[in-house]
Amino acid sequence: MAQASIAVHKLTSCSGCQSVFLNLGDDLLVLNELVEISHFIEAGLNNFDAEVDIAFVEGSITTPDDEARILKVRERSRFVVAIGACACSGGVQALRNVKDSVGWAGAVYADTEYLDSLAESRPVAQLVKVDLELWGCPISGRQLIATVRALLQGVPPVLPTEKVCQECKRAGNVCVLVTKAAPCLGPVTRAGCGALCPSFGAPCYTCFGASEQPNCDSLGERLVGLGIPQRQVAERFVSISSGLEPYQKAWARWRIPAKQLDS
Amino acid sequence: MDQSVFLPQGDFGQIFERLREAGYRVVGPAEQEGALTYDVLESADDIPVGLVDRQAPGHYRLEQQNHRRRFDWVGTAQGLKPWLFVAEQPLWVAREVEGGLRFEEVRETPVPTAVIGVRACDLAALALQDRHFLDGDYPDPHYRARRESLLLVAVNCHRSADTCFCVSTGDGPEVTFGADLVLDELDQGYLVKAGSERGAELLARLPGRPVRGWHKRRAKALRKQARTQQRALPSRDLRGPLYAARDDMRHWQPVAERCLTCGNCAAVCPTCFCHRVDEESPLDGSLSRAVRRWDTCFNDEHSYLVGHVVRKSAEHKYRQWLTHKLAIWHDQYDRSGCTGCGRCITWCPVGIDIVEEAERLCREVGES
Repeated sequence: MAQASIAVHKLTSCSGCQSVFLNLGDDLLVLNELVEISHFIEAGLNNFDAEVDIAFVEGSITTPDDEARILKVRERSRFVVAIGACACSGGVQALRNVKDSVGWAGAVYADTEYLDSLAESRPVAQLVKVDLELWGCPISGRQLIATVRALLQGVPPVLPTEKVCQECKRAGNVCVLVTKAAPCLGPVTRAGCGALCPSFGAPCYTCFGASEQPNCDSLGERLVGLGIPQRQVAERFVSISSGLEPYQKAWARWRIPAKQLDS
Repeated sequence: MDQSVFLPQGDFGQIFERLREAGYRVVGPAEQEGALTYDVLESADDIPVGLVDRQAPGHYRLEQQNHRRRFDWVGTAQGLKPWLFVAEQPLWVAREVEGGLRFEEVRETPVPTAVIGVRACDLAALALQDRHFLDGDYPDPHYRARRESLLLVAVNCHRSADTCFCVSTGDGPEVTFGADLVLDELDQGYLVKAGSERGAELLARLPGRPVRGWHKRRAKALRKQARTQQRALPSRDLRGPLYAARDDMRHWQPVAERCLTCGNCAAVCPTCFCHRVDEESPLDGSLSRAVRRWDTCFNDEHSYLVGHVVRKSAEHKYRQWLTHKLAIWHDQYDRSGCTGCGRCITWCPVGIDIVEEAERLCREVGES
């Protein structure tokens, strides 16, 4: 017998985090036995109004429709778990919060008449109470399993807030910031991905959002000191998790004001 | 055990072959993302030749030089730590069985491992890790099993990196203990000295030639050259100044502003031993696995006590790391926890320099 019912909802997002459920392999079958999956459109189950124990919500709030739906989800769910960078921080689409998004829309679409977007991309927690946030772009299957397991046992899951550097060193990686002056943001990014990018020699992109105690001032100064152009340093901080305050502050500190670029 | 031979450059591979015959897998220097690390090697040809490391605070570059020496580099990204005190160590598993729980110990049989290229500072650090993990009433079985199957071929440093300060800690650059074989690398070959019974047995099976006076004189001169170091800790025992600086947070603010609290210094430190134990269950909840992982005093969780993080700020975290390493260790282990390898300086992403910080603190509290 199912121990709980769950729903997987989607707001403004790429569906990558929902796909983590579908990519669980054998664990997807175990999950299907442990819980009743009531609503999960990507898996073919459309029952938006179902009342559930746990609602996993992917995506950020960028439209009036998103706003209306998240309120309903909150009403019908015992626990709301925000999943992924979009739901937790506004996602890559929160770039509109720091730039002129109206201008962008005009540049991208031939006709903007049918667009109905809010001025900002907001994380779920800005509209409703969120019981748990699972970070990542996309989330990690390992953390998802640990979370479901913990919730079924009635305890909060243990999720790291330490820096990516810790996972990177445990994985036996060599620091690409030190050997290649790569603009790695691992020292200000929450662990959880298993230091995926540095394991392949690439710098960290902040997929899991801000770590505990992110010292973006010191890291940014170091990157600028390594000869990386200030504007690139600024933009590095506002990519995947641009909605987060420490990253926005770093962006504001190192961006070259548009006025200077024009002159 | 004062046995030594001269092994011509072309016979270096013999060391490899003897080790493999004796049942060891051989670990030695290998290039990884622009740095040297220890890795499992298939043959002596896997060891890069002519590589030299250039190290500075937050900076490591390899330089290809025009010679055939294999050990002209000074520092690998990690010392021996990951091979003994492994980053992730499964400890035990609890399974749900009828009528209760069954606890199963996790025990591995480690592969006998020979490490080639180990330096004096790493051996000193190993002795400290031995002290921590093996001494006392509860020796760590996982560490012990790996330690007992370890053979060490050390190399005397013939140059120092800009980040080295082992002379000031008394731990190098010359290997004085802890190795089975010790090499001095000359252009023509290797001066090989046995440091243990096992090393002597190995040495006897090498096609060594008699050591000549000039071999010894050249090696001695090169060892002396390595003693020229730019950095030096103010004293081997810094309890006085560090305890004096402890309660005035103004001493810790300048470094805290730069410190990322990323814990890279502790992760690469060959003597840091902090760890935590994570509990992990598969989705069906049928078992619970306890896994020990490297932790550092820069993590909030490290000082989490009943709902409260005791060392929350970067000031407190850096103070803990530095004071424990250079002062409290004397009370715990009768010596400092630093062997002067300089890894914390090189691998700090923002280039915080432990020697510079120690000097500053000594200056500020007016004693050294």
